Parts: sequence; structure tokens; C-alpha cells
Amino acid sequence: MADTNWSVEFPAMDPDSLRAVNRAIDEAYRAFTRTYGAAIEDAFNPLLRIMVWFEQRLLDTPWWLVIGIVAALAWGASGGWRLVALVVGSFLAIGYLGMWDDTMRTMAMISVCTLIAVMVGIPIGILLSRSDRLKAAMVPVLDVMQTMPSFVYLIPVVMLLGLGKVPGLLAVVIYAIPPVIRLTDLGIRLVDKEVLEATDAFGASPWQRLWGVQIPLAMPNIMAGVNQTIMMALAMVVVASMIGVKGLGQPVLRAVTNQYFAMGLLNGLAVVMLAILFDRVTQAYGRRLQRFRDEQP
Amino acid sequence: MSSPEGETSANGVKIAVRDLIKVFGPHPAAMVPLVRDGLGKAELLELYGHVLGLGPVTMDVRAGHVHVVMGLSGCGKSTLIRHINRLIEPTAGCVLVDGTDITAFSARDLRAFRRRRASMVFQRFALHPHRTVLGNVAYGLRVQGVPRAKAEVCALGWVERVGLAGFEDRYPAQLSGGMQQRVGLARALATDADILLMDEAFSALDPLIRTDMQDVLLRLQADLKKTILFITHDLDEALRLGDRITILRDGQVIQEGTTPEIVLKPADAYVADFVRDINRARVLRVKAVMDGAINGARGPLLPLSSTLEEALTFFHEDPSGRRPVINGDGRGVVGSVGLPEILRAIERPNLDRSGTGGPEARLPPL
Repeated sequence: MADTNWSVEFPAMDPDSLRAVNRAIDEAYRAFTRTYGAAIEDAFNPLLRIMVWFEQRLLDTPWWLVIGIVAALAWGASGGWRLVALVVGSFLAIGYLGMWDDTMRTMAMISVCTLIAVMVGIPIGILLSRSDRLKAAMVPVLDVMQTMPSFVYLIPVVMLLGLGKVPGLLAVVIYAIPPVIRLTDLGIRLVDKEVLEATDAFGASPWQRLWGVQIPLAMPNIMAGVNQTIMMALAMVVVASMIGVKGLGQPVLRAVTNQYFAMGLLNGLAVVMLAILFDRVTQAYGRRLQRFRDEQP
Repeated sequence: MSSPEGETSANGVKIAVRDLIKVFGPHPAAMVPLVRDGLGKAELLELYGHVLGLGPVTMDVRAGHVHVVMGLSGCGKSTLIRHINRLIEPTAGCVLVDGTDITAFSARDLRAFRRRRASMVFQRFALHPHRTVLGNVAYGLRVQGVPRAKAEVCALGWVERVGLAGFEDRYPAQLSGGMQQRVGLARALATDADILLMDEAFSALDPLIRTDMQDVLLRLQADLKKTILFITHDLDEALRLGDRITILRDGQVIQEGTTPEIVLKPADAYVADFVRDINRARVLRVKAVMDGAINGARGPLLPLSSTLEEALTFFHEDPSGRRPVINGDGRGVVGSVGLPEILRAIERPNLDRSGTGGPEARLPPL
């Protein structure tokens, strides 16, 4: 290396040592996998069972009942016929074009992933809002989680847990959780200081303050975070098909590798449909929680 | 300096503030000796970079009184009131309530104190926007652990008492400012605390609504006899509501006294300047200007508590004579008053003549 001029070429690590470093990291991770992989897999077993159970329920339910439930959700959320008509029409088209089972699988996956992301993300968001130091430590981690190319998540989870639903779920949750954490933190921090002061002045305990005032008033932001999380989970679920997650992602992946344009487009549109459904339902729910902000009764 | 604990509660003092010091800045504790030695706000800021919130403040609030603390913005009045329920922690000194030092309370004792003993009304209402009027008024009771149904029955009574019957299911955003502050008042009264802390409670309301709210407060207070610490920057409000008034400037007490004491014997040019433009005929009462001598008084009987404005009407028929003054229950004649004393009390003192220079520094009244 001595003959290379460092001012012209970057003085890079020589390839052998780089390979050694990479190998050392991989070996360490493999050793970790060998030691704890089985235990971790067992720990995720209940999750797997919930997911399989939910997916089976969705697949077993007659198609007309599923459409009925989804239409009822859309009606309850929007209170208008347009969204209901769009949703019913799209689901009929999805079924007619043979994408029904894949759509149900994706719906099951998204529902479980969102549930987990919310259950883990909201408490983390609450903790961040209470400690500036924790927040300072967490924000870079969240930044990395959001900007890391999503494919990279797949490698360690596959090494750890192999192919299948659970590693897919893990990858999706890690990718999709930052918005709900960030917006829970933001929502709680934005609660009016004077309202909190009044709450303190009446002797509320920290717990009463959190559940009675901070969370309810942070709800619009938390719901926006949940909404973002769902959208990111939907995006990731397609990528996760590369590690064996069944659903709309697999036909898309096949379409990409085989240049089946129509197939890719149709399955892509089915994902869009799901996105619209989830988005409208969560947004309308968020609005319903905020009725008190309206000036007129 | 600080009174023994027994003494303060014995002579009807509800809240005793003793040598209270609050300094804002990086090393507040180090500034305490300097403040005790009499370093003022300006010097502390200039020489040490610390902001003096409250100089050593010592004051007593008597049980059942409306005690008004007044001063211009930045004088420390809001800081002072927040020390009474420790929304702000003091740098030094103590606050005794019924003889107990609340600055020594643990977090748990402090919560119990805030729940049951002292409630607060805020300048900008600070209602919970996601609760209905009823939910807001019941909040203090819910925090105490009262079951919802019982808390709401009690809250409903207070909603009616502040004149909001029929509005209990509305949200704060649907109410006007005056109505929101009625909710704030009902919320504070519902906990049945015997101390009411009111931080510029009516300052954000427009003048007519403000007078209206003052009436509501005075009417309620006539029944409730709470100990009220009322913060305001409005002298008319202070004189109207206060049994006693404390005037604060730069974190220090300038004068403390009853309405006539403040109006007729201002402690310095600052206070004199303050009281210069008020309507003396309306805030001063016969009691403050009358003479103990009864002989020679004739004509209609003048009640002790009438304002001078009202008293003037008693002189229509016979301006030169003196009127007998009767006490509150309307029986005994306790003194007499004549037109000259009344006119002297009403007269606006011309400070320019004395050459103190205070008033010139002020902008002309609008």
C-alpha cells in the first residue's frame, strides 16, 4: 500500500482486512443466532399462532361477509356512500381477478403488524416525551430505522429466524414503528402547558395526568402516527415477500422478475385499495375523537 | 424572622408567607444571601445575571378574606401565587397554611393539599378541552377519587350556581370567555377547598363581563367565606374585591393595607401614581372618612358602608349640615360626616405640584 498516493486515491482499508472484519461480524452474529435463535423463535411462537389464527379466520370467512364488514367499517368511518362504493367495488374486483386470498393474507399481516407497532410504539413514545435524555438517545436510532434501506432489515431477521411469517413481521414492525413513536412523543409534548399546570394544581397524580389529559389531547397526533405506521407497513409487506411472507407481495415480486406488467399493476392496485381503506378508517376515527374541538355543538 | 407556627394560626391568619425568595438563574441558592442583604432586581441581573422573581416577601392572608395582590406585569405576582400551592418551588423561605409549612410537604402530601385545601382559577381558563363543562367541573372531585356519578351530581350543583345551567354538556370551545371562566370558577369551588387562588382570573375578559364576574365572585364569597388570594394588575378590580391589598413591585411588597389606607395614604410615589386616576367616590366608603363626633348631625341616616358617591345624594337638601352615620345593622349611630371631608377624599391629588416627578414619566391616560 505504501506506493499508493493517498492524496489521489482514498487510503482504503486493504480488502483482506475488510473481508476479515465483515467475516468477524457475520461470525459473531451467527454465533449469537446459534446460541439464542431457538429461544427467540420460541418466544415469538405465540405471535406466530395469533397471526396464523387471524389469517385463517379471514380466509375462512365467506367473501360476502368480509365485504359486508369492510363496507360497514368504511360507512362508519366516512359516513358517506362514496368511500363505501369504492371499497365494495374494489373488493369485488379483487375477488373477481383472483387476488382474494392474497389480499386477505396481507390484510391479516398488516393488522397484526400495526397492532404490535402501536402496542410497543405508544409506550416508547410516552417514555420519550417524559425524558429529554432518552429522546436525545432515541432520535438517531429512529432516524437510522427510517432511512436504512428496507431490504437490509431482512438479512439479520432471516439469519436469526429463517424464512416465514415471524421474520417478516419483525422486519415490517421495525420498519414501520418510528412514526407512531415520534408522533406520540410530539403529541404529548405539544399539550398546552397551561392545561397541564391546571391539572397539577388540582392535585392530579402523574398517572391521572397522563391518561386523563396528555394522551387524550395528544390523540390527533398519535392517530396520525398510527396512520403513517400502517402506510409504511403496507409498503414493507411487499418487500417482506422476499423472505417468504405470503400475500400481495409475492405476485408483485414474481411480476418484477418476469416482467408481467399487468399482474404487477393489479396486485399493486390491490395494495393501494387496502391503503385507502386503512387510511380513511383511522383518519375518521381520529376525527371522531376530536369532536370537542368543533365550535358548534 | 419567621413566626412560630402556633401564632400564625391563632390570630386568624390562614396563609403566612415568610421571607419568601425566588431567584431564577443557574445558581439561585447562591443569590439568597445577596437578596437578603437587600440587593434589588436590577443589580442582581446586572452584576450576577440572575432574575429576582420575589425579593424577601412576607405577608399574611387572613381566613375568610379576599386578599388582593396587585402590581404591573413582571412584578412577581403570578410567581407569588404559584408558591402557595407550590406550582413553583421557592428558593428560600416558607409558606405556612394553617400553621403548617407547605414547602416541606412530600409529593404525596402536596397532592393531597392541592386536591382538598387549595384550588386555583387561571387567567386563560386552562380548562380541559376534551371534557364537557360538567366533566371539567367534576375534575377536581374525580382526581380526589370520588365516583363519577357522585362527582357529577355535585358538579351539576356548581354549574347551576355559577349560572351555567343548561350548558353542562357543552365543550369549552363552544363557550364564550366569560362562560369559560365561570366553568373555571365552578371547577375550583367544586373541590370544597377553603383556599381559592385566583391568578388574574378576570383579566382576559372584556370590561362588562369582568364586572359581571366580580359580582358572581362577591355573591358567592358572601356565602362561602373562603380565603381568596386574588392576583390582578387592575386597581379598580383590586379595590372592588379586596378586603386587603398588597402592592408588589420588582418582587417586593411596597404597601399592604385596606382600600382607604392605600387610596388615602399611599406609601410612596409609585403607589400614589397608581391610585391617582381611580374613581375615589366609588371605592371609598363613608367609614373611611367619617368623624366619631355625633353632635350637630341631622338629616337622613347614612349607612357606614355606603360609597362616597352614594353619600353625596344625602346632601342634596342641606349641603352645609352633617349627616349621622349608622352602623351595619342599622341601629346605632356611630359618627357623622360632612360634605367637606367627602370632597377632600374624592379630590384627585395633584402630584405635579409636589414635584415628585412620578406622573410625568407616565403615558397620558387614554
